[in-house]
Amino acid sequence: MRRIISILMENEPGALSRVVGLFSQRNYNIESLAVAPTEDPTLSRLTLTTEGSDKVIEQITKQLNKLIEVVKLVDLTEGSHVERELMLIKLRATGAQRAEIKRTVDIFRGQIVDVTSTVYTVQLTGDGEKLDAFIQAVGTMGVLEVVRSGVSGIARGEKVLSL
Amino acid sequence: MELLSGAEMLIRSLKDQGVEYIYGYPGGAALHIYDALFRQDDVKHILVRHEQAATHMADGYARATGEPGVVLVTSGPGATNTITGIATASMDSIPMVVLCGQVASHLIGEDAFQETDMIGVSRPIVKHNMTVRHPSEIPQLVKKAFYLAQSGRPGPVVIDIPKDMTAPNGRFEYEYPEKVSMRSYNPAVRGHAGQIRRAVDMMMNARRPVIYAGGGVVLGKASQQLTDLAHELGFPVTNTIMGLGGFPATDEQSLGWLGMHGSYESNMAMHHSDLILAIGARFDDRVTNATDKFCPGARIVHVDIDPASISKTVQADVPIVGPVDSVLEEMLSLVRESEEQPDQEALEAWWKQIREWGQYRSRYHYEQNGDNIMPQEAIQALYRVTKGDAYVTSDVGQHQMFAAQFYPFDKPNRWINSGGLGTMGFGFPAAMGIKLHMPEQEVVCVTGEGSIQMNIQELSTCKQYHLPVKIINLNNQALGMVKQWQDMNYESRYAHSYMESLPNFEKLFEAYGHVAFTVTRREDLEPVLEKAFAMKDQLVFVDIYVDPYEHVYPMQVAGGSMKDMWLSKTERV
Repeated sequence: MRRIISILMENEPGALSRVVGLFSQRNYNIESLAVAPTEDPTLSRLTLTTEGSDKVIEQITKQLNKLIEVVKLVDLTEGSHVERELMLIKLRATGAQRAEIKRTVDIFRGQIVDVTSTVYTVQLTGDGEKLDAFIQAVGTMGVLEVVRSGVSGIARGEKVLSL
Repeated sequence: MELLSGAEMLIRSLKDQGVEYIYGYPGGAALHIYDALFRQDDVKHILVRHEQAATHMADGYARATGEPGVVLVTSGPGATNTITGIATASMDSIPMVVLCGQVASHLIGEDAFQETDMIGVSRPIVKHNMTVRHPSEIPQLVKKAFYLAQSGRPGPVVIDIPKDMTAPNGRFEYEYPEKVSMRSYNPAVRGHAGQIRRAVDMMMNARRPVIYAGGGVVLGKASQQLTDLAHELGFPVTNTIMGLGGFPATDEQSLGWLGMHGSYESNMAMHHSDLILAIGARFDDRVTNATDKFCPGARIVHVDIDPASISKTVQADVPIVGPVDSVLEEMLSLVRESEEQPDQEALEAWWKQIREWGQYRSRYHYEQNGDNIMPQEAIQALYRVTKGDAYVTSDVGQHQMFAAQFYPFDKPNRWINSGGLGTMGFGFPAAMGIKLHMPEQEVVCVTGEGSIQMNIQELSTCKQYHLPVKIINLNNQALGMVKQWQDMNYESRYAHSYMESLPNFEKLFEAYGHVAFTVTRREDLEPVLEKAFAMKDQLVFVDIYVDPYEHVYPMQVAGGSMKDMWLSKTERV
């Protein structure tokens, strides 16, 4: 089952490589990874998605917790949560296709953030499935480049991941 | 406040940490540190002949005393040569602090002379590692390194020290911190009371219980607590190869050790048990055999300081995360207070069954092969000559198994072997580390003619520092364990498991200024060992030519359960 694990860790050099190294060392799989400092500059928040049985996920969270720089972590998929991913996608946009792309972007509530006479760059946020659906919808129109941020997530309601 | 250079702070921090000896080898990036070392007498340095041996010396010391061993090496090859020793310590949870020189900060990343990314290279095999970014943080980092190495589940910690951090012209205020606290690291200080109660309830209701005790009992200094609890309950105890001595092997309740080459009675008792009380053990594949066939009728209580060890390979019914000593103490007081008692009738029947297994195949069983000296009888002779009270280190292979099987340890910290990583070349330097700190104790390395050649250069170190260890070589003229597997699985095709062109060991040891004896006849075995151990001031190598055909038994059948074993070359149960 796919899981979203969100980690608060010391914002120190080498901390990220420990997390990534752990996954390859123990034969776990990282599907996506997003990391940035938090409002507290001594802490980074890392969100990763992975797949595995309950037993494997239990080992992953235990092994992550053993890393000295990991302060706290949560498996967001254990409770209700919001997950979002940002995508920037560059499309060939000429002639009649320009209007068609514009309409599709509107339907998906995306924005065109850069325009040239032949290219639209579209920004879209949502969960992974929505982004996949958009790529499929515009698939015939000439996708030039896709950049996805990886999943970020947060628990719903009062529940917070903080010190 | 005193003003010191980075190098001086490093050495002073070691002194204030209570470090007496460090083991190492100098080189360019570490020279400021070596100069600071030269100008003081508190911290003594042992110059090894290869950095790997420095880590094993530190490791042997740590295993015998429980205190972290300290290693000092230079950058690049000095640092990478410690990797095997760090991995050895890591697999067996041994506290160790490794100080590595590094090229100066401004050169890092430029492929400078003797530059290696030691932080990156060592990352998967350390508990933690860190780089010095400013000389003033050295005392703090040293304190942190020792704290991490020793607390919780112990392990090796590496500090990478760029050369400019130790430059003699820098001057910084020195103060060694009294303690260190880290918001991200808080090992458990006691087990969950409710879980401990649940575990005790299960013990009271068990009919076929086994205590399965690992290296955590030795590391956690909980042998007495384990022994008291086992005696109070009357339960049988089996140790892992890492846990030997954690429960006295000659105690009536001891079943010997378990697993791939464990005793018949241990493996049978485990397989047929209804309750396994696992204390500081990690259900390693060399213990469990196939996990899907592991002990089908047993419920499992698992006590360990490391939550990640629990339910990693075998699911625990009652997990208890905490230090083994305090958990065992709490269990013992609950057992003593309890109005209930384990079912004595069931326990008697269980013991009767276990005794039958023990009689069917004694844990000290082996067969003679003509006039050949059997490796097992060499170990038994060693046991008699050292009165069972030596510190015994071993290398890796058949001799290691024979030593563990035929030298019963009654005290913890006496059996020193590389159980997890299986590092050949470990035993001799480990013995040196112990002898250095305990010159009055008998320290003996049991080895083979393959393993001993993997760190034999340290004979020179022994001469320099006068380390009269004894080395018992079970010489079967082959890489015995490899050969055994080739006999069993590869129709005796001996691909590179033989040892042609062995050195003349007597001349070799003599060349290094030591003594060597060769034993080829049974009647010489014990007298020569007596003579060797009487030479208190000499390093003595006893080269014992043993039966070259012998296998280690029992041996679990691969892919089977714990009870599926070969008991001899022909008998499979």
